[in-house]
Parts: sequence; structure tokens; C-alpha cells
Amino acid sequence: MTTLLEMREISKTFPGVRALDNVTFSVEDGEIHALVGENGAGKSTLMKVLSGIYPQGEYGGEIIFDGATMAFSGISDSERHGIIIIHQELALVPLLSIAENLFLGNECATNGVISWRETFQRTEGLLRKVGLREAPQTLVDKLGVGKQQLVEIAKALSKEVRLLILDEPTAALSESDSQALLDLILELKAQGVTSIIISHKLNEVRRVADTITVLRDGATVATHNARTEKVTEDRIVRDMVGRSIENRYPERDRHAGEMLLEVENWTVTHPEHADRLSVRDVSFNVRAGEVVGIAGLMGAGRTELAMSLFGQSYGRNATGTVRVRGETVDISTVGRAIKAGLAYVTEDRKALGLILDETIHKNITLANLAEVSRRGVLNSHAETRVAEKYRQAMNIRTPSVFQRVVNLSGGNQQKVVLSKWLFAGPEVLILDEPTRGIDVGAKLEIYNIINDLSRQGKGVVMISSEMPELLGLCDRIYVMNEGALVGELAAKDASQERIMSLIVTE
Amino acid sequence: MTETTSSETDHAGGKRLLSYLGAHMREYGLLIALIAIMLCFQIVTDGTLLRPVNITNLFLQNSYIIIMALGMLIVIVGGNIDLSVGSVMGFVGALAAVMIVEWNVPVSVTVLTCLFAGIVIGAAQGYWVAYWNIPSFIVTLAGMLVFRGASLWLLEGQSVGPFPQSFQMLSTGFVADLIPPLGDAISAVTGDKRVNGLAMLVGLVSVGTIIWSGLRVRAQNKAYGIEDEPTSFFVARNVIVAGAILFLVYKLSTFRGLPNVLITMGVLTLIYAFITERTTLGRRIYALGGNRKAAKLSGIATERLTFFTFVNMGFLAALAGLIFAARLNTATPKAGFALELDVIAAVFIGGASMSGGVGKIVGAVVGAFIMGVMNNGMSIMGIGIDYQQVIKGLVLLAAVIFDVYNKQKQG
Ligand SMILES: Nc1ncnc2c1ncn2[C@@H]1O[C@H](COP(=O)(O)OP(=O)(O)OP(=O)(O)O)[C@@H](O)[C@H]1O
Ligand SMILES: [Mg+2]
Repeated sequence: MTTLLEMREISKTFPGVRALDNVTFSVEDGEIHALVGENGAGKSTLMKVLSGIYPQGEYGGEIIFDGATMAFSGISDSERHGIIIIHQELALVPLLSIAENLFLGNECATNGVISWRETFQRTEGLLRKVGLREAPQTLVDKLGVGKQQLVEIAKALSKEVRLLILDEPTAALSESDSQALLDLILELKAQGVTSIIISHKLNEVRRVADTITVLRDGATVATHNARTEKVTEDRIVRDMVGRSIENRYPERDRHAGEMLLEVENWTVTHPEHADRLSVRDVSFNVRAGEVVGIAGLMGAGRTELAMSLFGQSYGRNATGTVRVRGETVDISTVGRAIKAGLAYVTEDRKALGLILDETIHKNITLANLAEVSRRGVLNSHAETRVAEKYRQAMNIRTPSVFQRVVNLSGGNQQKVVLSKWLFAGPEVLILDEPTRGIDVGAKLEIYNIINDLSRQGKGVVMISSEMPELLGLCDRIYVMNEGALVGELAAKDASQERIMSLIVTE
Repeated sequence: MTETTSSETDHAGGKRLLSYLGAHMREYGLLIALIAIMLCFQIVTDGTLLRPVNITNLFLQNSYIIIMALGMLIVIVGGNIDLSVGSVMGFVGALAAVMIVEWNVPVSVTVLTCLFAGIVIGAAQGYWVAYWNIPSFIVTLAGMLVFRGASLWLLEGQSVGPFPQSFQMLSTGFVADLIPPLGDAISAVTGDKRVNGLAMLVGLVSVGTIIWSGLRVRAQNKAYGIEDEPTSFFVARNVIVAGAILFLVYKLSTFRGLPNVLITMGVLTLIYAFITERTTLGRRIYALGGNRKAAKLSGIATERLTFFTFVNMGFLAALAGLIFAARLNTATPKAGFALELDVIAAVFIGGASMSGGVGKIVGAVVGAFIMGVMNNGMSIMGIGIDYQQVIKGLVLLAAVIFDVYNKQKQG
């Protein structure tokens, strides 16, 4: 096998952060190369250097692609050489059709007049290739994230792709969508496409990767050949965090106290279709010190349930009763829901959780300004103190709390959102996919935080698509499907098979 | 310490200064631009620009733009825009004229009624924007037409005036000199015919306050390990600001002292700077403009807040309308025509972002002064209105390009 790509002694500094420190990284032709590491290790940055987003001159080191030294001036330059990156955040235009998105900037046109026949034909071919059964005219925002991800890959295939870079492609996908995506990458490999895949899901990495490179603190710490040696997950974790993690799901004393949150007959109408119910007649409860999971497939209505409870942030005509500590509470606005003791950590941190252009400290205090102000006047030092406290407690990697959140790595942004809601001091914390895109070490930190909350007698509702996580952490698991609860399992009776069978038999 | 290490730290220090300057180019740039523009016009107008009478004039001419820029900044930071302020201002002036001149309503009642009318107008527009999600551009474009028409209708196409003395005082009045001895003492030194003691005192006190509070913030920042302005920058900036204030105040004091509007303007600027920077209300407005959905999910009453920004704008536009009418001593149907554009330009020159969440009160005020000085200077030079418009347009574009360029450079 020949070497397709070699990155030599790559360094990249941001104000106050040395994101990459003499990283050396090489990819063989025709392999699937996994790039793993903790949040903020520099994975995305390395790929941005490679794809010309940080152009020549903004980094140190050398890129050799296909035997020639490259000096990319921008992303279109690297695309011309067949290096295509699919970002951590999808970059499709929601109100354009699949076909339009695929050929955006690259239209099948003569003299600026688009040939729709050719466009649709080629789209159909590409969609077949990625195994997506949708009409080319379908608007992208009608597709779920899984399918959007496939459209992104089809878009990459529409160009002459030599090296496909996928930055956490499965972070937002359900189990089955993830499997389909990984199968597709394997199939592309068979067709000769080399890929680099960044992921925090080590089981997936083990499944597809030929080579695994581990980054830690901006430096390469290990490269494993997964075809010749057997690389265990523990081994990867040890390289990533510098120590082994004994227990992925830390223990806690399990005892349920008094009733904290009771939801009865909660029904919510879809925001656009008045005849569709997004949440049907859901009743559940959480006791003090309990961690309650909600399992289900993507689109089962879990986020809708949580957001409708949190100040009716989703849907219309919510009916039903909500009691906190036995008393019926008014949760008709977010402010009232917070006052009633609820907090909701969103699954979509960029769009709904953070003000990206603001600093870390302003984001952390936003949901509880009363605590850092007197008669409406802010105490900036109290604010700084609070932010510092959470920076340390949550191990947010940043030179200072006055950094803008947009400059943090994905996992560290998640910790900022969590800090914000912990600071709001809720009775019941609803976590929606709290470990999405988070590395193993940080996951453990978040699990420890959940256990701490439980010890303090708070209630935690955990929505997660990662079943092992629910099984490892929760006292009880509710199973949701098509907007309704279809079952409830105690931790000791629960297993992935039982959860799946509850979903399927419905 | 050996030679080499000390020169190394010097080198690192120089680098730090540069990187600090890079990160805060915008703020210093604005101040430097204002001073450069003033010096430029001072030279080409042979010193007319900074004559006491012209400085007084500068404040009088720009007061209403600055007052509206305060409200506009808040609207824009909140993620909206208000195109109606020029018309609202004209309408309120017309209302005042009709009430006082034609209906003989007492001045105090008229002023209160007019301010209230501004609040109602702001509320009427804010309601649609905040609670119905109608784009502010459209609502206030409609408002611009409606109130332009309404003032024509009120005035029946005529100019109405003049106003009684007490109403004119709103704009053209000066604060009486309460401490002549200080002025006399200074004039004894400088040899001026007269020096207004109160003006000098206000100038000295504000310079003292600015330096004192600057030092206090520095001390606190140090205690909390926050990255701070390098000492040399701090000193230079304060010397420039203090020098400029003392210079302006001294010039004013040798003329007629402090204009009433200067006091109104100064106090309002302080209040709004405080609200935006130090209060939870201000913080929430920035959050609203920064990411409305995230702000809403943080428990912020985004609708009510948006509504408030428009009510506030209406109030300030009404105040500006009264001052404008008092200054011209008559209300005309054309009053405030196209003024919204100057106000909006001032806010963007001052560093606010079209998408919301970014901008500072001080920036907007300096932006308004940049526009004002250019207007004034070019008029003194006798440059035609045609060229004036072209130049102002280019300055706005340059300022915003500078902004975007700076942001990109920082990544
Ligand atoms: N534009 C920027 N300005 C300042 N710092 C940045 C910027 N982009 C990234 N960083 C910093 O560089 C480091 C590496 O970030 P990067 O996004 O590459 O991490 P990552 O390995 O992709 O993490 P994750 O798994 O969380 O996505 C982080 O400490 C981050 O805060
Ligand atoms: Mg990343």
C-alpha cells in the first residue's frame, strides 16, 4: 500500500491555545483511518488544516498529498485535489431540495442555465449509491439527521473524492442509522475511497477502522494498526486520557426518596399539523435521588415531550397536569418552569443551548442572572467566580472563562451548557442526549455529576439514544415510541433486547 | 536578571501590546478615527470647527441624533431595526406645535403628552414585532410612511410656530453658572473675557470620575486575574479622553456654558451605558440578539423584551422630536426626513452588528459624533449636499468593512 497523505509536524496556535503541537499523521491509500482523542485534543483543527479551512501560512508544518507538497489556499482548493470534508455540523441548505443541495456551487449547467433532467438523473444515481430512497425533489429539512448525513456523503461523491473526511458523522444518529452509515463507508472503501473518520464511539471505530491514531493535547500519542494487532477499547481509552478508566458507569447508592416530579396525561399537538399528536397521554414520575431514563428511537417524541414540559417550548395545546413535590405547578413559560424547579439541557447546543458569540461566563450565568445580581445590577465579579467554579468542576478546557464559546471544541461547549443549568439549581434536571459528541473521559465526568445530583436528592431525567448508557446509569427506564410511553422497566430487569422488543411490539 | 532575558521579556511585552491592540482594534480605532477627523477638519476649516460657538453648535445639532442612537443601539442589539424614528420624531414635533401654538396647551402638559405619544407609538410597532413575529423592517417601514403622513395631516402641510420661550429652552437653553468664582479664577489665569465656572467644574468632575473608575476596574481585574489593558494603553487612552473633555469644556465655558441638551444627552448616555453593561436587563437584550431561541430556553421573556426595546425607542424618538422642534422653533412636515438613516449609520459605525447581539452605547455615541463632525465640517467648508452624502456613505461602508475584516483576522 502506498501513502496517500502525510502531514508533518503540523502546529497551529489560537490566541492562548496551542491546538496542535508538531502533529505527524499519515494515511495509507484505500484505508479507513480513525482519528480519536478527547474533546479539545485538536482533531477537528487538524482536519481543518488538512482541508484548507486554515490556509497555508496560518499553521506550521507540511502537507504531502499524493506525493506532492500541498499549500491549500482554501477549501475549494483542497476539494480540487479530491479532499472533501463533512463537518461536525451539517452544512446543507434546509429549504433547497436534495438535488439542489448536491450540486450547489457545482451545478449541471450550460452557460448558467441549469439542466434539471441531468441534475435529477445524476442525483438519483448518487442517492442509489448511498442507499437513500428519497425523491431528488424532496426538501432537505423534511429529512431526519440520518438521511441528511447521507445527502452530505452523496454530495461528497458528486465531486471527485479521493479522501473523505467525516468529523463525528454518527454523533447525532440513531443506532441503526449509524450502522447504515458505517456500512456505506466500508462500501466506499471497497470502491477505493480513502476515509478519515473522527468519532467518540469507540465500538464504531473498532468496527470500521484499519488504522487508529490517537491525539492527546494537540500531539499524536499512538498509532495502532487494527488489522495486524487487536486493539481493545481500553487500550484506546488509555491512550486518549493517559490512564485507564476502570468503571465506565460509576456506582452510586440507589435509593428513591419522596416524589419530586409527576406528569399525568400529558398530550401535545404538533406545532404545524393540528391533527397530529406529538406526545400522547404520557404519564411518568421522578423521585428524589432517582435517575430516570427515557429510551426510544430517533423521532419517538422524547425531545418533544421534554421541551413541551419545559415552558411549552414545543408544540401547541399541551394538556395534562404537572406536579412538583405534590403541588400542581404552572409551566406555561420557560421562566415559570425554571421557577417550578425544572431545567432542560437541550440536545442541540449550538442552535438552542448557547450564545456562541458570547463568552463562557456570560453563557453560564444566563439562566440564573438573579443569583449574580442585586436589584437588577450585575455583579461581574460574582459572575466570574461562578464561571471559574464551573470551569474547574466541569474541567472545561479553555485558557479563560472570557473566551467566546464559539472557540471551544464541541465537547467543551456541551460542558458549558451543562454548567449553565447546574447553576440554575433545578430540582429536576432533564438531560437530552447529554453525552452526544463527548469523549470517554468527559462522559465519566458527566456521569459523576449526574450521580452527585442524585446524591443531593435531585431528580434526573435522561434522554439518550445510547442504550448502554441508560442501562448503566438509570434506576428506571421508560420506553417511548411514536409519542407514547410503551413500557417502564426497573434497572435490574432492563436490557437492550427488552427495550427493543417493547418498541417493536407496539 | 541577565541582559538576554530582559530583552526577551521586552520582546514578549511588545508582542503582547500588539496582540492586545489587534484584539481591541475596533474600540481604539473608533476613538482614533473621531480625533483624526476632528483634527482634519480643524485644519482645513482654519480652526473654525473647534471655535467655542461651533462646538456648542455641534452639540445642539447632533443631540437628537445621539439620543435616538441610544435607543437604536438597543433595538439593533436586540436583533431588530427601526426605520420609523425619523418620521416619529417629525410627528411628535408636529404634535407639540399643534398643541402649543394652535390649542394653547401649557408647555409642561404638551411635553408629557408628546413623550407619552412616543411610548404609545413604540408600543404599537413593538407589539407586531414582538408578539406576532412580523419582521421589524416591515413594521417600521410601514410606521415610517404612516407617521410621515400623519405629521403632514396634523400640520395641514404648513409649518407651525413659533414656540414660546419656555419650550425653546429645551434645546437652546443653557445652564446658569452656579459657581462664578471658579470661572473668575480660571479666567484670571487664561485671560479670557469670561469663563463659566459650572462648566469647568462638571468637566473636572467627569474627568476625575472616569479616571477613578478606570483605576478601580483595573485593580479589581488584577485581583481576579482578568487580562487587562496594558498600562501604557490605559494611560494614553485616559490622557486623550481627559484632554479632549477638558478642552471641549473649556471652549464651551468661554462661550455660554453648558447647553441644556448636553446635560440631557450626557445623563441619558450614562444611564443607557449602565443599563446595557451592568444590568440583567441589558444582559438579556444582548442574549436576545445573540441567539433568540437559546435566550428563550434560558427563561428570558423574549417577546416582552423585544416589545420593551421598541417602547424605549419610541420614547427617545419623541424626546428627540421635542428637542428638534424647539431648536428650529417651528414644526415642519419635513422635519426628521431621512434622519433614521443617520441614526442607523451612527450605530453601525459604532460597531454594532446587523445580526444583533453586538454593539456598545459608547460606540454608538462616538459613531454619531463622527457623522456629526463630518456633517458640520463639510458644511463649514461649503461642500455641497451631494458630495456630503457620498462621503458619509463611503465612511459607513469603510467602518463596517473594517469591522468584518477585523473579525475575520481574529478567526
Ligand atoms: N477558532 C478558535 N479560536 C480559539 N481556540 C480554538 C479555536 N478553534 C479551536 N480552538 C481550541 O483548539 C483546541 C482543539 O479544538 P478542536 O475543535 O480541534 O478539538 P476536537 O478534538 O475536535 O474536540 P471535540 O471532540 O470536542 O470536537 C481546543 O482547545 C479549542 O478550544
Ligand atoms: Mg471536533
